[in-house]
Amino acid sequence: MWQALREEFHAEGFELVTVGLDTLGAQACRPFIEAANPSHPSLIDQHHVMADLFGIVNIPEAVWINEEGMIVRPAEAAPPPPMDGAAPTLNPPAELPQHMMDIMGEAVKIQSDPAAYHHALKDWVEKGANSEYALDPETVIARSEPRDKDKALGHAHFEMASHLETEGQHDLAIKHFREAHRLVPESWTFRRQAWSLERVGDGPFARFWQGPSPDKDWPYEGDWLTDIRREGPENYYSTWKG
Amino acid sequence: MLLKSLHVSRSEFEKGTGWQIKPEGACKGDTCIPLKDNPGEQVDIEQMAEDMNLPLVAETEYGIWALGPDSIGGRTLSTAEAPNLTLPDVDGNLFELSSLKGKKIVVYAWAPY
Repeated sequence: MWQALREEFHAEGFELVTVGLDTLGAQACRPFIEAANPSHPSLIDQHHVMADLFGIVNIPEAVWINEEGMIVRPAEAAPPPPMDGAAPTLNPPAELPQHMMDIMGEAVKIQSDPAAYHHALKDWVEKGANSEYALDPETVIARSEPRDKDKALGHAHFEMASHLETEGQHDLAIKHFREAHRLVPESWTFRRQAWSLERVGDGPFARFWQGPSPDKDWPYEGDWLTDIRREGPENYYSTWKG
Repeated sequence: MLLKSLHVSRSEFEKGTGWQIKPEGACKGDTCIPLKDNPGEQVDIEQMAEDMNLPLVAETEYGIWALGPDSIGGRTLSTAEAPNLTLPDVDGNLFELSSLKGKKIVVYAWAPY
């Protein structure tokens, strides 16, 4: 879907750069990248530098950068392009575990505004700096994620955790992931990355379970279902501001 | 920035943090932070962390440290100038965002979980 958009805009001097945020890196991202078969740069961000540099707190989110290398929209929710005609209905397999049914039950309540976002994107591609959706530097800075020293410390803990995980130090990684979660509670990416590493089974849901299972202790304060119910699925993504 | 030592080269520090060391201090965009002692070719990470108010997490048993990002002005961004994002592609080849200068770019974050 984004690939089609990229093809449409590319002749007008537009490029899409996709970045996969995953401690498990290329090996985990590869099947998705190969399925997409992109003609644009497709990068791997193991330790979430995107969070440090741009303040990414959920996925999918995107940042817009103009021809002069200036950010004109800071990190915000980036819904997939609206499709012409009816969206394909999701037909889940007949025997989905209850936990995954519960997850889908919350996921369908998540809100976004793809029409508004993609109208704005098209407007910017066509009009550049004259687009009302290209923000001035002061606005870009003011709209970027809040960050004090405590949150910056949370980022350092996350990076430490992610690195330790790649070194096979899973328990030590958990200690640092927990600190990152405590210090940056608004980051869904910090939470979901950690939760996804507590695989449940070997099937297609292993990394999507992101919550407790009967066969082991759950090492985190929250989990996807509990957290989204507490925070409200309508608040999962940042609201489009225009 | 992940570190295996508390002393790194100036260029390693600049690449890892996005801050440039100039006579005025450590600079990014229009902001310069004065440094207690301007480093030469070797940067003392602990001193820099103190001067720049950067968090430093240690796992000394494993000989690794994580130097966290800055928090200037209470926001993620202290400048709208895009950093030179440098990351590998799926085959491990490094890509620099600056190679796309002159194009409109959307940098899109996703995850396989």
